Amino acid sequence: MRFVLRRIGFFVVTLWVALTLNFALPRLMPGNPAQVAIANHRGVIPPGALKALEAQFGLDNHQNIVLQYLKYLVDVVTGKWGVSLTTQPGNSVAHVVLGALPWTVGLVGVTTVLAFILGTGIGIVSAWRRGGPLDSILPPLFVIITVVPYFFLGLVLILIFGVKLHWLPYFFTYNYTLTPGFNWTFIGNVLEHAILPGFTLLITTIGTWILTMRNNMITTLAEDYVRMARAKGLPGWRIMLDYTARNAILPNLTGFAMSLGFVVGGAILIEEVFNYQGLGWLLLQAVNNDDYPLEQALFLLITVAVLVAILLSDIATAVLDPRTRGSR
Amino acid sequence: MATVGVTGGPGADQTQPAGYAGLAGGLPSSGGGITGARALRRMARAIFVNGKATTGAALLLIFIFIGLFPGLIAHDNPNAEIYKSALGPSAVHWLGTTGLGQDIFAQVIYGARPVLLIAFGAGLGATIIAMLIGVAAAYLGGAWDGVLNLITDVLLVIPAFPLLIVIASYLHGASTGVMILVVTVVSWSYTARQLRAQALSLRNRDFLEAARVRGERPIYIIVVEILPTMTSLLVASFLTNALYAVLFSSSLQFIGLGNPSVISWGTMLYWAENGEAFESGQLLWIIVPGLCIVALGAAFALLNYAFDEIGNPALRPVRSMRKDKRVKPAR
Repeated sequence: MRFVLRRIGFFVVTLWVALTLNFALPRLMPGNPAQVAIANHRGVIPPGALKALEAQFGLDNHQNIVLQYLKYLVDVVTGKWGVSLTTQPGNSVAHVVLGALPWTVGLVGVTTVLAFILGTGIGIVSAWRRGGPLDSILPPLFVIITVVPYFFLGLVLILIFGVKLHWLPYFFTYNYTLTPGFNWTFIGNVLEHAILPGFTLLITTIGTWILTMRNNMITTLAEDYVRMARAKGLPGWRIMLDYTARNAILPNLTGFAMSLGFVVGGAILIEEVFNYQGLGWLLLQAVNNDDYPLEQALFLLITVAVLVAILLSDIATAVLDPRTRGSR
Repeated sequence: MATVGVTGGPGADQTQPAGYAGLAGGLPSSGGGITGARALRRMARAIFVNGKATTGAALLLIFIFIGLFPGLIAHDNPNAEIYKSALGPSAVHWLGTTGLGQDIFAQVIYGARPVLLIAFGAGLGATIIAMLIGVAAAYLGGAWDGVLNLITDVLLVIPAFPLLIVIASYLHGASTGVMILVVTVVSWSYTARQLRAQALSLRNRDFLEAARVRGERPIYIIVVEILPTMTSLLVASFLTNALYAVLFSSSLQFIGLGNPSVISWGTMLYWAENGEAFESGQLLWIIVPGLCIVALGAAFALLNYAFDEIGNPALRPVRSMRKDKRVKPAR
């Protein structure tokens, strides 16, 4: 219980730091970026929204910085995130974010689950067949994938499967000549558009799962109870799955809980390359258009998702593995 | 220690390349008693023995040479928009020209310097900050440790790449120097945590006790007694940080958050994507700078993996397992 309270305390502190960064960064940066952005948007958005924006970034000079800060904290907590400037002028930030959320959660969420299942499986087998073909191919392959920037991998896949072979679409979330609706044509089209970005994401994330699982398996394979199982003459697959993998999977499981938090902000560059209209793409749209309210809200959302996931994964570890409770 | 899964668990921040945990998780643990000079000499020798290390070092040296003397290799001004646009490769333009009529080969060659500056600048910067904070936290202990550790942990869990994007967006076209600064500030925390753990494990060793009994001042103990034992970990941290500096800065430049008039591989990709290089068939404009990023990253990663194997024999046994039949798991 004390452990959980400490983790919640850490959660609150980190959240506060993220909020404060959001507040302080535009005020600390040279050249007053918020003022420039507002000047650029004058006339494009309603005057009322402009006023609200000036207040949000402390440009109306009616309040001192402490009061601004307190008002900002209250606004964020009560869900007043301001209006988005450019993507859909005049719309509330919350509205814009909610529109993009399902695309990211669908694409990155499904890919994360797939990467976890496949990666863990491959990790189990490659550790079990130590020195076998799988185990000798993976590490060098992993070195290469580690150093390929996500966006470049995406570009290369676009070149091969999109531009050259014409196998798959690589632009937008669906073919925009179609009307969105709950029918097979549309759903199929959406899935088709998700294949390339999903595959890019899968390649880039699967390595960590493989490597972690493999290394844990190797450590666990050296345990006495595994030797005991061998001595009893149990079939290989039972030793592999029931004795070794079951005990080795814990770090991967807690890592999985955590990686779900990274879903929200996970694929910024991949969404950008494929023009996939999720949260990451939205963040870069906001950045390119100096849409600071939207940008701040997205950064906060990404951070909160990660924090919640870390909190849950810490608690899950404490519940699943009694040893971690004792050491605190 | 307070956090469980935070230290780059599986599927950690996907804006960091997926190998982060794997790469950093197996950093060499330096043997306690080996002094800095000896560790460095051992590493230098190992570079020639280990194939991965030789490849990595050779790649890195080539890039450093290009970065130092681009004028010796490329004769065109990389910025000059003086040729016909979108030419294919020829004897005059080895890699063709960009959509704006610049020589791609010259751009690739001149693009090495800013990337290397960022890699070495931010790599060194992050490692030094991490060293100061991590070792200070471990050595000072008590409330200092609590505060420094909290700062490290908080920075560790705030998603690095989104934070970089937000900071860079307020800066409007970060120059090379600013880029080094920003990447450094965002990326030191993981190393600090590792160095703190390493320093903590040393705290009660006899040779430190002896130094204390001799009456040495804390600063002497930290600089002369503790830091040299961490040489291999520091080198590994530098390599990892340099690799991430390359990937982070190239990504930022690619999405247009660098200074677009500075010629570097990331900005080349930015212009190529904006110029619809694929659609117009100018593949080299995208492929070559991309491969350069991969090659430079591979140089750092290969060196790191090699030191990993040198410093941590436990990760090496794949080869010896095949030779040694006795250890082979019975099926």
